[in-house]
Amino acid sequence: MSRKPYVRALRWEWLTRHPRYPRYLLRELSCLFIGGWTLMMVWGLARLAQGPEAWAAFLDALRSPASIVLQALALAFAVYHSVTWFNLTPKALPLQLGEDFVADRVISGAHFAVWGLLSLAVLLLAGAF
Amino acid sequence: MARSNKPIVWGPFAAGGTLTAFLTPVLILLTLLAALGHVPDLLAYDRMHAFAAHWLVKVATVAVVFLSLWSAAHRLRITCYDLGVRADTLVAAIVYAIAVAASVAAAAYLLLI
Amino acid sequence: MSERVVELEVLRYNPETDREPHFRRYSVPCREEWVVLDALNHVKENIDPTLSYRWSCHMAVCGSCGMMINREPKLACKSFLRDYQGVIRVEPLAHFPIERDLVTVIDDFVAKLKRVKPYLIPKQPKALEDGEYRQTPAQLKRYKQFTLCINCMLCYAACPEYGLIPKFIGPAALSLAHRYNQDSRDGGREERQQEIAATEGVWECAFVGACSEVCPEHVDPAAALQQVKIKSTVDWYLEHAMPWLNK
Ligand code: FES
Repeated sequence: MSRKPYVRALRWEWLTRHPRYPRYLLRELSCLFIGGWTLMMVWGLARLAQGPEAWAAFLDALRSPASIVLQALALAFAVYHSVTWFNLTPKALPLQLGEDFVADRVISGAHFAVWGLLSLAVLLLAGAF
Repeated sequence: MARSNKPIVWGPFAAGGTLTAFLTPVLILLTLLAALGHVPDLLAYDRMHAFAAHWLVKVATVAVVFLSLWSAAHRLRITCYDLGVRADTLVAAIVYAIAVAASVAAAAYLLLI
Repeated sequence: MSERVVELEVLRYNPETDREPHFRRYSVPCREEWVVLDALNHVKENIDPTLSYRWSCHMAVCGSCGMMINREPKLACKSFLRDYQGVIRVEPLAHFPIERDLVTVIDDFVAKLKRVKPYLIPKQPKALEDGEYRQTPAQLKRYKQFTLCINCMLCYAACPEYGLIPKFIGPAALSLAHRYNQDSRDGGREERQQEIAATEGVWECAFVGACSEVCPEHVDPAAALQQVKIKSTVDWYLEHAMPWLNK
């Protein structure tokens, strides 16, 4: 019997096999929004260094409809990144106390709690309300 | 087989991923609030300028900018490969260079404040 | 016992006559409690004896019946027909070359398995008369989950990175390496690191997490791989950024 293995080349087909793959892609694409928004903030630093008028113009530019839509999207993607990141944390950093491992949801839960408190603290310190 | 030097790029990616998970959403919320007309006190010029003038804030800001951009760059590099762009070395050079250049720029702007 | 006619669409490939694989459809009278493997056995016994596929235990322990069922890597002996509606599509495991029909070429996986030395390399070799290597329950639990792998390769079929980068050592082999690294009796980590901390080792993993979702034994390879990444990163920084710590 002659062997003639058939090799199936892979390109994008995997993305359509199961919803987990586009979900993964969405998680990874959060980097565009987090990175893009951070670049915008670097621009903000430049404007801050240029004086009050430049800073006011920067805040003004933030108010354009396009910028609001982008920031809203960025916020959604950033939250998605946080949620996926903390959900996966217990896998990367398991904690064995005595014989047993601490339950995944306890480790994730602790991260979510710290995230919430930290966010609240930042909002308060920045005088958002 | 030799052990890889990937930890050089992966270390800051993991650190940045964790940092952005904790910090980025609330920071975006601040600028979004400002954009919607509800400007947080901190974003007023005088307060922001005084805040950014502190050396500790400068150091922390550069660290946050670098780690955020680096982890985003690393993810983008892998996503490019996943989506069929096979020029990994080129992609890596471009995205990491942007992250480093923007971080250096942030440091330079902060020095002017 | 109720019966139901199930439409199976099976990818067929005969290396002697076919240029490429093609689907063939079979109408199979099935019992309600059957699994996909039972339906395939029925086809082979009653409809088409040329159909080739691997199986052995029919109880999810041998790991040989892995295949794509409706485009998801599954053990055919663990996939109940009652969980599927309409036509059921059966294909050989993704990312592996097809030998014939549902039989894949697994040489690549077997070679990688060997490379990671998935066996105990004792820290201090002991003579038989010195007794057994002792271990506390906590030490056992540290790696127990990673011993459950049955080498079914579903994780390789689920992992897009393995599909895109065939050199990647992949989930199961890396998890097994981690299993021995985590074992208190083992002293072979340095040797295994040569393979698993290489670029085509753990570093091709992008933490898609699909491997853990499809694993029939809940080994959680994705967890093992992230732990290997973190440990290898710590190694690297200790070695390069703090050279005074070396010896
Ligand atoms: S036949 Fe053994 S695992 Fe399915």
